[in-house]
Amino acid sequence: MLNLFARRISGAIGLVAALLALAAGQAAAQDITGAGATFPAPIYSSWGEDYAKAGGARLNYQALGSGAGVTQIINRTVDFGASDSPVATERLQKEQLLQFPAVIGAVVVVVNVPGVDGTKIRLTGDLLGEIYVGRVRLWNDAKIVALNPHLKMPGIPISPAYRADSSGTTSIFTKYLASVSPIFKERTGAGNSVAWRTGLGAPGNAGVAAAVKNIKGGIGYVEFAYAAENGMQALQLSNGSGKFVSPSVSGFMDAAAHADWANAKDMAASMLNMPGDTSWPIVSATYILVPRNPKDPARTVRVLKYIDWSFRNGAATADRLHYIMLPPEVQDVVRQQWATLTDRGTPLWPAK
Amino acid sequence: MKQLSPASRARYFRRQLVDRVMSGLCMVAAGVGLVLLGLILWMLFSNGIGGLKLSVFTNSMAQPGAEGGLANAIVGSLIQVGLGATIGAPLGMMVGVYLSEVGKESKFASVVRFVNDILLSAPSVLIGLFVYQIAVAPMGGFSGFAGALSLALIAMPIVARTTEDILRLVPQAYRDGAVALGSRENEVVRKVVLPAAFSGILTGVLLAVARIAGETAPLLFTSLGNTNWSTDLTQPMASLPIAIYRYAGSPYPEWVSLAWTGAMLITVGVLVLNILSRFSHAAVAGKSQG
Amino acid sequence: MTTPAAHRPLIGARRMHLGDTTFRISLFAAGALVIIVLFSILAIMFAGGKLAFDTFGLGFITGTEWNPVTQIYGALPAITGTLMTAILALLIAWPIGFGIAFFLTETCPVKLRGPLGVAVELLAAIPSIVYGMWGFFVLAPFMAEYVQPWLTSTFIWIPPIPDTFYWFTAPPIGVGLITASLILAIMILPFIAATTRDVLLSTPQLLKDGAYAMGATRWEALTGVVIPAVRGSLFGAVFLGLGRALGETMAVVFVIGNAIRMPDSLMAPSATIASVVANSFPEAEPGTLDLAVLLALGFILFVVSFGVLAIARLLLRQERMS
Repeated sequence: MLNLFARRISGAIGLVAALLALAAGQAAAQDITGAGATFPAPIYSSWGEDYAKAGGARLNYQALGSGAGVTQIINRTVDFGASDSPVATERLQKEQLLQFPAVIGAVVVVVNVPGVDGTKIRLTGDLLGEIYVGRVRLWNDAKIVALNPHLKMPGIPISPAYRADSSGTTSIFTKYLASVSPIFKERTGAGNSVAWRTGLGAPGNAGVAAAVKNIKGGIGYVEFAYAAENGMQALQLSNGSGKFVSPSVSGFMDAAAHADWANAKDMAASMLNMPGDTSWPIVSATYILVPRNPKDPARTVRVLKYIDWSFRNGAATADRLHYIMLPPEVQDVVRQQWATLTDRGTPLWPAK
Repeated sequence: MKQLSPASRARYFRRQLVDRVMSGLCMVAAGVGLVLLGLILWMLFSNGIGGLKLSVFTNSMAQPGAEGGLANAIVGSLIQVGLGATIGAPLGMMVGVYLSEVGKESKFASVVRFVNDILLSAPSVLIGLFVYQIAVAPMGGFSGFAGALSLALIAMPIVARTTEDILRLVPQAYRDGAVALGSRENEVVRKVVLPAAFSGILTGVLLAVARIAGETAPLLFTSLGNTNWSTDLTQPMASLPIAIYRYAGSPYPEWVSLAWTGAMLITVGVLVLNILSRFSHAAVAGKSQG
Repeated sequence: MTTPAAHRPLIGARRMHLGDTTFRISLFAAGALVIIVLFSILAIMFAGGKLAFDTFGLGFITGTEWNPVTQIYGALPAITGTLMTAILALLIAWPIGFGIAFFLTETCPVKLRGPLGVAVELLAAIPSIVYGMWGFFVLAPFMAEYVQPWLTSTFIWIPPIPDTFYWFTAPPIGVGLITASLILAIMILPFIAATTRDVLLSTPQLLKDGAYAMGATRWEALTGVVIPAVRGSLFGAVFLGLGRALGETMAVVFVIGNAIRMPDSLMAPSATIASVVANSFPEAEPGTLDLAVLLALGFILFVVSFGVLAIARLLLRQERMS
């Protein structure tokens, strides 16, 4: 009885110590480390899994958020950083970073209007902006009815839903609205999280989708992947040519093809509100940042090889996860940029 | 009752009625509590049981379409909770012993007791922010160790409180007897008081483990989560609550389904721990009475 | 039972021994650690949030605009949301929690008391993220479909404060202040019930017997004799519940609606300090104003909960001592 207590306690501590020893032994070297944006995290990780299976390096990607991704690569604590918003040229130069797009994502707008087929509803970006600042409050507002004479819009309130957590999806959506809706730009502006003037916030894609589903008159924005996976009905938006389009993979590619890659600084070509017959207006690339002066060039080369492999072999996975590959000619532009990376005069990537 | 006037009788019945109605309402209140518990468990099982496969325990989180599981999150939770309890529980016990055996009603002990009670109920999100500032920001990265540290800070006051409470139940005669046999103060505590209260203290530790196992908010700022298998304490580490949070909001149905299964697992685990701790508590209460 | 007063000094006049000295010092250090932790939390939060207090001054607390784009941060909407949800939750949970405690101590068959008490306390063990998921996927749709329309039509007669507050008149969107308060109420219910039960049990049986001898019913004994005797502790239980509700995070994130605006009705989407911190943290970079405002919010929340919990403990402690 006397030392019972001490013995039992030391037994417990021993057990935990064994667990910890196991932990220490398991700390295998990570081959590629990346950190940043949450929006492309599923595709980066999936490509990483495929790449490792194909004999490539193992990827450890941490979805810390875009801001943290930029901070981490500036501090050189990771091999690459990932950001949903392109980093400004001056900052890239100051911090000696190369930026390139890796994959394209789209945001779609889902609605729940009782008695109306959501895929038939048409909105302009300007009107969507007015809805999201609370200027247009009812589904039978004259402006909505004028765009949708073929539909019988009910007189119920519009309940806009948005992402509660700061996210790249919000950044893309608000950038689009700010570019097409003056009032949205003035009253709300663009960012990972903004001061919404109306509506409610829900966590994650699933939160926004569930909010729209549960609320009569709800409207919300989700990643295309979410709408596609869950068979949600997304409405039509007008694009840069004034045409009303439904979201589709071909429409996203069309938008990517219309972007001005040749003249874009640091490859930060905007794909928002592109012209074209089928171009979907809310499309954006997400970016990867690597050091121009790597301490260990081999690590940077590993990152480039991983991305190169993914460009070549990642289409099926991208398709399955509903991301859009960069058009082949843009992939080549990216590779040309890689060729500007040098280590004591030797290019890290062979120029073609 | 025959002698009562009609007015008295009316008042008597009214008083009885009030008593019955209020008692009835109180029973309804208890029923409300039970129904809520049932509703929540039912939701968890109806959504979570479908996804319960062996792969949940054997595979790490994986891309949608692949046979992913929660193995890395479960192990990450075990490591962080285990380490958190290993740091927090002994500290908590020492605080409890101090309060019960040494400090007692002294000024300083009263302040410690008071502050400990405050920490006991302090918002866990703030513990996370605190550890972020002292461990994550200076060390330059999220880590499993920071996660464990935040859990330790949550566990410590719980263990301290239960330890003090249980030590106070140990009969004074035990201490007197040990002193009479020539034991020193530290021997009295280590060899007599603590062993006598062992299962009670264990109850406190189990309760603390149950509490920190379900904590999400502090881990959000400290160990962050990890989609890969990683047991490296210096790196971000997966945990069940964070995995649930991330997957519940994800686009892919198989991930959402895993979130529900994870939620079911963690709730069942925590409830079982709670019930277990009550058994050990009942055992010790019975012993001290007998 | 063994009251503190029954603890007699262990070592009369015997000289301190080396083992005993280290023993005492290490225990004392552990006790001191508790106090150090509390004050470090306060100090670290304040230091981290200082940039926010310096930038906005008192306006940080009174400002109603929270705009990450223009970098203008006023915490009043989050403070309002925090206080409103916590107080509403208390108004809902207290009567039920008290009812449960009375039932468990007085009218419940003795055999059922144990299991029933455990079942209620298990409510406290369910992880808060699970409450969040339940609230969002089960409770919120139910609120939108049935409860909110009913509340609107039932309380339509309450005169609104024009352009400021419309009570129960708002679109039924399911999430918002009321739903968050309900979830919080469920979460603090077990604490209130358990604390109240302990308080009721601590009342000397003699008091109650006296009341019964005078012919009082159980309810009369409770309201006439027991409650006046333990009023302070009962309030302590209430404040303890309030302290819990103030800082709850993950459950609230799911059901509050996350709108950092001044609420214009009891059903409006709102935000609490804890929900704002959890939502905004991932994109807040170290060294920026974005992170400083979150730490400043944390500091405010800590001070408020400290106050509330201190009151709770003082009220509960009084009885424990006497």
